Amino acid sequence: MSSSDSDLTALTAAELADKLASGETTSVEVTQAFLDRIDSLDGELHSFLHVDHDGAKAAAVDVDARRGAGESFPSLAGVPIAVKDLLCTVGQPTTCGSRILEGWQPPYDATVVSRLRRAGMPILGKTNLDEFAMGSSTEHSAYGPTRNPWDTDRTPGGSGGGSAAAVAARLAPVAVGTDTGGSIRQPGALTGTVGVKPTYGGVSRYGIVAMASSLDQAGPVTRTVLDAALLHEIIGGHDPMDSTSLDAPVPGIVEAARRGDVSGLRIGVVKELGGEGFQSGVQARFEESVAMLTEAGATVVEVSCPSFAQALATYYLVMPSEVSSNLARFDAMRYGLRVFPEGVGDPSAEQVMAATRDAGFGDEVKRRIILGTYALSSGYYDAYYGSAQKVRALVARDFDRAFEQADVLVSPTAPTTAFKMGEKLDDPMAMYLQDVATIPANLAGIPGLSLPAGLAEDGLPVGVQFLAPLQADDRLYNAAAALERMLLDKWGGPLLAPLATTSEVPA
Amino acid sequence: MTMTAPALVDFDEALTRYEPVMGLEVHVELNTATKMFCGCPAVFGGEPNTNVCPVCLGLPGALPVVNEKAVESAIRIGLALNCEIAEWCRFARKNYFYPDMPKNFQTSQYDEPIAFDGWMDVELDGETYRVEIERAHMEEDTGKSSHMGGATGRIHGADYSLLDYNRAGIPLIEIVTRPIFVPGDKAPAVARAYVQQLRDLILALDVSDARMDQGSLRADVNLSLRPVGVSTLGTRTETKNVNSFRSVERAVRYEISRHAAILDDGGLILQETRHFHEDTGTTSSGREKSDADDYRYFPEPDLAPVAPSREWVESLRATLPEPPGERRRRLQGEWGFSDLEMRDTVGAGALDLVAATIASGAPAAAARKWWLSELARRANEQGVDLAALPITPADVAAIQKLVEAGSINDKLARQVFDGVLAGEGTPDEVVQKRGLAVVSDEGALSSAVDRAIEANPDVADKIRAGKVAAAGALIGAVMKEMRGQADAGRVRELIISKLT
Ligand SMILES: [Zn+2]
Repeated sequence: MSSSDSDLTALTAAELADKLASGETTSVEVTQAFLDRIDSLDGELHSFLHVDHDGAKAAAVDVDARRGAGESFPSLAGVPIAVKDLLCTVGQPTTCGSRILEGWQPPYDATVVSRLRRAGMPILGKTNLDEFAMGSSTEHSAYGPTRNPWDTDRTPGGSGGGSAAAVAARLAPVAVGTDTGGSIRQPGALTGTVGVKPTYGGVSRYGIVAMASSLDQAGPVTRTVLDAALLHEIIGGHDPMDSTSLDAPVPGIVEAARRGDVSGLRIGVVKELGGEGFQSGVQARFEESVAMLTEAGATVVEVSCPSFAQALATYYLVMPSEVSSNLARFDAMRYGLRVFPEGVGDPSAEQVMAATRDAGFGDEVKRRIILGTYALSSGYYDAYYGSAQKVRALVARDFDRAFEQADVLVSPTAPTTAFKMGEKLDDPMAMYLQDVATIPANLAGIPGLSLPAGLAEDGLPVGVQFLAPLQADDRLYNAAAALERMLLDKWGGPLLAPLATTSEVPA
Repeated sequence: MTMTAPALVDFDEALTRYEPVMGLEVHVELNTATKMFCGCPAVFGGEPNTNVCPVCLGLPGALPVVNEKAVESAIRIGLALNCEIAEWCRFARKNYFYPDMPKNFQTSQYDEPIAFDGWMDVELDGETYRVEIERAHMEEDTGKSSHMGGATGRIHGADYSLLDYNRAGIPLIEIVTRPIFVPGDKAPAVARAYVQQLRDLILALDVSDARMDQGSLRADVNLSLRPVGVSTLGTRTETKNVNSFRSVERAVRYEISRHAAILDDGGLILQETRHFHEDTGTTSSGREKSDADDYRYFPEPDLAPVAPSREWVESLRATLPEPPGERRRRLQGEWGFSDLEMRDTVGAGALDLVAATIASGAPAAAARKWWLSELARRANEQGVDLAALPITPADVAAIQKLVEAGSINDKLARQVFDGVLAGEGTPDEVVQKRGLAVVSDEGALSSAVDRAIEANPDVADKIRAGKVAAAGALIGAVMKEMRGQADAGRVRELIISKLT
């Protein structure tokens, strides 16, 4: 293995794109470098559920050939990418981290996936996740947990721990994640990567296996703000196959990421998202970030969003309700696992459905299906689902008021740094609290971004979250790019996970 | 308790003690080119599971997109039923597990229908009964299960089941009435007339082919009884699988008799789904409805609300066909039918058939005659609706043309009907194959007339004396000799020319 190959994996997607465009390297070389790194390091991390060596290489050969023939491509052509295993991909299994879809080969591509293919981005493989994206540690994957490249005894967060760990460990330059309550941003914080949840409707959900339809949103997982903007531009934009897709152009996010100017910007610190319950090192890095933004010319105001106190409870009514309905289709009739009940001679379809769902779903999925079924039941609907919708409207109203006072809002992304494997596995409430700062954005549909803000007292990464009004995703990229530039200046370069700097590849 | 055939109370007797209250739910399969939420052809039938895609198969990740044409059809139906059209409404998910439902929820409107608060005037025997429409809402059809093996074709006792998702996602409009209160003796006929007139309306709107025998128009009959003089409603049953106009009427009659027997006995009516059996005219218990039936409805988060602009609604109102009542009055005038003739035509479900026959060139009286006498008798014998007979208005008009041309007479026309209904081909083909053309050989006719005059000298004398009406006896004799294959009009002309 030549050293230039491992150098390639150290580059950002934007840098790789420049080298590809200028002919300094080829997509085949770049893709091979990442595949080699996956082969050597992912045994320990388990960030991928499936690696598509042949498909990725074939796509790389194709994009190189077409570029050689003079075809012009968008920004990231030839840059390989990892995709969360919640997105349908032709030619690769889509399991959603669940036994119930073990080996399922979708007959169609998610819109995001077809846009990646059209953009000439080879797909390295499918990344690990909590089963059906339900969890905050990736420990709920039916195929085993992903480890955090900063400390392999710790989780990378979740549900998108696979995508975040892969990018943090440089097994992929960029990845696609999905965020229903924080599944892109919280793993971003815990692995020291950039994660963006775009405005709801900004990226098509078509072909992304639904967890909670009104909350799910796909977005970029990267190492830099600019890379996130470049990827966001490729996957975003209207899709007629998704009725909830916004029929509006993607705001000027790449330009905003290159600009990074906060002078005169009003930054709101959300009183309810910080302080008590937040690890001291997390709070300290957050406050330093706010101070740096102020030095760069932003004005800081404190804003209050009182209904956020009910956000977590509201989320745990809306999300399971939709889950209980969305996951009803996994019934052994048309695809996926089929289990026959034991000791039943001539089982009915209903008995096969029940046995399959019992064997195929993990505990956290069952917990949410049961919660949601209960919340939607007649006699309880108004008290639970109905009330939750009202609080959801209040959360949105709190944001509206806050954005009258501030252009962007900031908070710590997650209350703690990466926690130990198994630490919260038997305590669902503690696990759910990981998303306390990220959930409000999903409830209101607004965009959010998590940026690495340094290391806490435990030596683990901390994320700072930026929030912007609906369809003002460009504000996230502008403010985050400004902070990122100041932090990189201060650190002298990006903060790297120990595994990210491992360059030895076993013979 | 053992189950035996249920006791029944005579229909008329039941009405001395109880008042029936009906509700009708009619499902109409729309004739849109594509399905409700995807681009698959909305064609039922064909090779199983060929008109399917990730959306209508409910594959993981697939999302629905509303078919604008289906919304348009729903609005036009709503307007034709004098409904309000919602300014903003949503789809909901009706959650239940069944193998023919790809997502295990049906995307359907629930408490926010596209159309609501309408009415339809049902005309029956010269009276008008206003049926109030509670709502007309959009939903998707399910797939189709075929239970194989076993004797009944029902799921119980079947060896295995086959699933065809071609029908899954075909757009449906469900039209639900408010409770219908009409004099008990009229209830069965009002129910039938409502469904008939609703079908006429759907056909006039050209939004469905509305074939009850093929399931593109399906009626569920809700019925309850309450003792005469009591205002609270009794427990209702919902009879499904009612596949013809006649069955609608029979199902109402049967359930009135069955409920009355149970109530007379001091029993309780179970709130349940029942199945109608065409062969016996009875119903049998389907599934008991209970609190366990909790569909956990909630607004469909994958779809944006439907918000038809008022301009669009008004532009659709302008496309509505003439209201059925007005149309009937206009046609009656054009055709010169008496009130009774018109009522019989409507009552037989023959209005559109007669209209189409006239449009194909037949005189109004002839069109009415063929449909209401000849064809109605046959439909009745076979226990099917008139429209279900395998003959088209164009066929009927063609037969009438043959009669007018003198190629066949009425008697031969009946044999042509037999042939067409038996699938022997077009009227012309049947005439040819069966050798039914009248004898137009003047020489043969003339000698037959001569023989008839010779054999009936008294009749001939009467005619010579100016009593032309007596010619009938001679015509009969000639027709008999010619075994019916002669033009009676020509025979009459020959007799009179020879004798006067
Ligand atoms: Zn389809």
